[in-house]
Amino acid sequence: MMLEYDLFDMFAFPLYGLIIALLVVTIFVAPDVKGSHSWIVLGPIRLQPAEFAKFGTALMVSHVMSSYGFQLTQPRNFIKVLFIIFLPMICILLQQETGSALVYLAFFLMLYREGMSGYVLLSGVCAVVFFVIGMKYSGVTMGETPLGELLVALMLIGISLWLIWWERRDKDAVRWISIIAITAFVIAYIASFFFAVNFALVAIGILVVEAIILIVLSVRHWVWHYALIAFFAIVSMGFLFSVDYVFNNILEPHQQIRIKVSLGLEDDPSGAGYNVNQSKIAIGSGGLWGKGFLNGTQTKLKYVPEQETDFIFCTVGEEQGFVGATLVLILFATLIIRLFVLAERQDGTFGRVYGYSVASIFLFHLVINIGMVTGLTPVIGIPLPFFSYGGSSLLGFTILLFIFLRIDASRRQR
Amino acid sequence: MSNKKEILENRRFVLIVAVIVITVIFIVRLFYLQIIESDYKASADSNAFLKRTIYPARGIIYDREGRVVVFNQPAYDVTVIMREVENLDTLDFCQITGITLDYFRKRMQDIKDRRLNPGYSSYTTQVFLSQLSAEEAGVLQEKLYKYPGFYIQNRTLRQYAYPNGALLLGDLGEVSPSDIKNDSYYARGDYSGRSGIEKFYEKELRGEKGVEILLRDAHGRIKGHYEHGAHDQLPVAGRNLTMGIDMELQAYGEQLMQNKLGGIVMIEPSTGEVLCMVSSPSFDPKLLVGRFRGKHHQELEKDPLKPLFNRPLMAQYPPGSTFKPTQGLIFLQEGVITPETRFSCAHGYTYRGGKPACHGHPSPLPLTGALSTSCNSFFPWGLHYMLDDRSRYSTVEEAFDKWKDYMVSFGYGYRLGIDLPGEKRGYIPNSKVYDKLYRGHWNSSTIISIAIGQGEILATPLQICNLAATIANGGYYYVPHVVKEVSGETLDTLYTRRHYTMADPKWYSYIAEGMRGAVVGSPYGATCRGANLSDIAVCGKTGTAENPHGKDHSIFMGFAPYEAPRVAIAVFVENAGFGATYAVPIGRLMLEKYLRGYISEESKPIEEYILNAIIMPGDGYEN
Repeated sequence: MMLEYDLFDMFAFPLYGLIIALLVVTIFVAPDVKGSHSWIVLGPIRLQPAEFAKFGTALMVSHVMSSYGFQLTQPRNFIKVLFIIFLPMICILLQQETGSALVYLAFFLMLYREGMSGYVLLSGVCAVVFFVIGMKYSGVTMGETPLGELLVALMLIGISLWLIWWERRDKDAVRWISIIAITAFVIAYIASFFFAVNFALVAIGILVVEAIILIVLSVRHWVWHYALIAFFAIVSMGFLFSVDYVFNNILEPHQQIRIKVSLGLEDDPSGAGYNVNQSKIAIGSGGLWGKGFLNGTQTKLKYVPEQETDFIFCTVGEEQGFVGATLVLILFATLIIRLFVLAERQDGTFGRVYGYSVASIFLFHLVINIGMVTGLTPVIGIPLPFFSYGGSSLLGFTILLFIFLRIDASRRQR
Repeated sequence: MSNKKEILENRRFVLIVAVIVITVIFIVRLFYLQIIESDYKASADSNAFLKRTIYPARGIIYDREGRVVVFNQPAYDVTVIMREVENLDTLDFCQITGITLDYFRKRMQDIKDRRLNPGYSSYTTQVFLSQLSAEEAGVLQEKLYKYPGFYIQNRTLRQYAYPNGALLLGDLGEVSPSDIKNDSYYARGDYSGRSGIEKFYEKELRGEKGVEILLRDAHGRIKGHYEHGAHDQLPVAGRNLTMGIDMELQAYGEQLMQNKLGGIVMIEPSTGEVLCMVSSPSFDPKLLVGRFRGKHHQELEKDPLKPLFNRPLMAQYPPGSTFKPTQGLIFLQEGVITPETRFSCAHGYTYRGGKPACHGHPSPLPLTGALSTSCNSFFPWGLHYMLDDRSRYSTVEEAFDKWKDYMVSFGYGYRLGIDLPGEKRGYIPNSKVYDKLYRGHWNSSTIISIAIGQGEILATPLQICNLAATIANGGYYYVPHVVKEVSGETLDTLYTRRHYTMADPKWYSYIAEGMRGAVVGSPYGATCRGANLSDIAVCGKTGTAENPHGKDHSIFMGFAPYEAPRVAIAVFVENAGFGATYAVPIGRLMLEKYLRGYISEESKPIEEYILNAIIMPGDGYEN
């Protein structure tokens, strides 16, 4: 708290440089701990530089974005920010710490606040949704129709119509495309009485027609939007068809299984699904009021692996019950919302960007960790702030938060 | 610009709403997991709680003199925790435990095979060898330090103080899946009584299981008692039984019956307690305990002499002449004869030209004389007057069914209800059987052999002994039972209620007199002199059961002393010919042993003769 506010701004760059150097060194000197090379061992002390890289990166991003004349909308600046974010992320990926690396995606929430197009986030959400649908309904067919393709195509038609309305208020375009789509489906439905119809192909056909119409409109009105929407629809469809390829060829086998387990495609309570299954059992056995502090059987008897670290929330769920777990969730939500509010009230860009970064990182940890423990998201090993055991993590979050408190405190001094 | 600034500032609400939505999703998820879905709670319990059964000590069995007969002895299992096994000198280990290398490898594989052993974990105790004796375990215990991962675990085994009474006492075996289904008491691997007293009194002997609730970690290791044992239950030991059996008498009976097939039943008439129940060939009950139970049981099952066939309860023979007292009682009660009535006998049943045949004796003779000399004419005459006298009963069927009712009241034709499993009911036909057999045309002559205990009639040795007890009591019996006391319980009233027969008690004295005459002699002869003791008044009746497969079976039925009977007996020896040859001397020795406690000098030669006698079907036929 004694450090001057400006010092953070001044030292952001050297600190960032130091941390990147440390991350790179770690890749080569860290011993193999459960497949990851993220720990630096100095005698009795073990450090995980990735935990400290978060605030270093946050400071650096804040420093760059608060520099004079910075406009996020300028591609040059945007790429610069992306570079700052992705550099540590790539280093951490190279350390085989996928979970910690994914945390850096949280910065996109901050970028959204700072002016990045909402469509980037929308695309991200769509990508996840399409991926899940594509995976979940992979190979599931209804007659001739592959269900996954049909669902995604229908969603795309819906989203693109909404986008046309939202961006251009173009009633005619929406009306005509809707009429074409409905007519096509009615014809296909009638035809299905005579021969097997692949409705997914019909939907894709509609998308293609829509894309052509949009490109024509784009040229006629000489605006980008129509073309971009068409582009979005086509890329999305392409993404859907590449899901299988991505899944089978890019992801590691253990990641594939984790995703399948969380989508309910694979049931393997004693193998890959063991963690999540035991975790759900532990939480589920807590009931309304829980078993009482230190009385949890599932956690105390070590049924839940990693229960001191990534799966710590099980202990809360089992021993404190629904009431205690809900309370913890509400406290986290309050903290994060409070951080957003505090960040917004900073006078300088530096404080605001840093505050949003901190809040986003906390939010990301919360979503992934609680989602994993309750079996909603795949198992991605990242800690729950202030709960999970581990000095590096605790220290990392503390510094992250307290730098922001310091920044906020100086605001009041001035 | 300010408009754009405002749009960006408002984006914080998007983020805040996102936080709220996510939190709500998580709370709903928690609500589902913790409040709605109940499976997780059950899974957690079966995960973490190991309910370990504490087995109660099985009840001890005493004989009538208070001698311990069946008790529990510690036995030992060799157990193994796979994870802890290291540097095992397999060859050495096999030598110490007396198993082959192949067996060792097979056991290890079987233990690890999750299909055979679904609960397998390399962290938990697995049974490697079961039921070692104290000696075997002792040898291993000394060397156990050489075999890390192997342990010796205590169990209890049934142990027997006498090498006798195997079928009577019964054995224990592992429960079958259907046992488990029918009785929630049992779990896999439990033992229950398979035969004899162990089976009949299973519920009394087994006690109540206790349970300790232990906490088990993810590797199956025990981490202590749940809430310091607050929910544990202590086992309740099984009830002890006191038998009516006198084990020394039982042992003596088995000794006498060595190298002979057959059985001895002795009953205390005043209580119905069975004093001994010998089935020969006998075997040591220890054979059916421990590691080699299965192997021994198979050998006994395959033995052509059928040692597992509990002859006193299960063997059904025509009772032969031991049946005659019942006939006398019926005729007296029906008024067909009076004690003074005499019938003629001319080397056989005179009404049918000498069939069935009889031996030479004075004629005509009264009931008592007919019993003493076992006349084969007197009783057919009686049956003739009962069945063929139309002034008495209008049809032969009616008369015969009356006769059958008498027989049932004497304990024939149905199970007596002894407290042992496997009792057979014998056979007394009714009139319908003969109507069918002779197409409605029959009279006493058609079925005359039943009057002398031959023909369709079958009885178990127990039923014959029960008749002796009824005569000794002068008209009633108690259902025979081998257990006279269950600790902490009163005996079933079935065994304490007098069963009166349809014959008036006043007639019984004539029967007893006739049976006494058979032993000491009468003017008409005596068939049972071999049972005569100088100072104990024995009453007896011989019998010969016709055997279509070989030599006839020898039967003796009796009681003593005449004045105040203390014991009733039935002896039968398969393939031994006339009752007098073997069954009578064996009966005599048994009575003497029980009443006197020792064998007198006058009986010593008889004892020696019996002990040396070998009567086996097929080979080594003596006599």
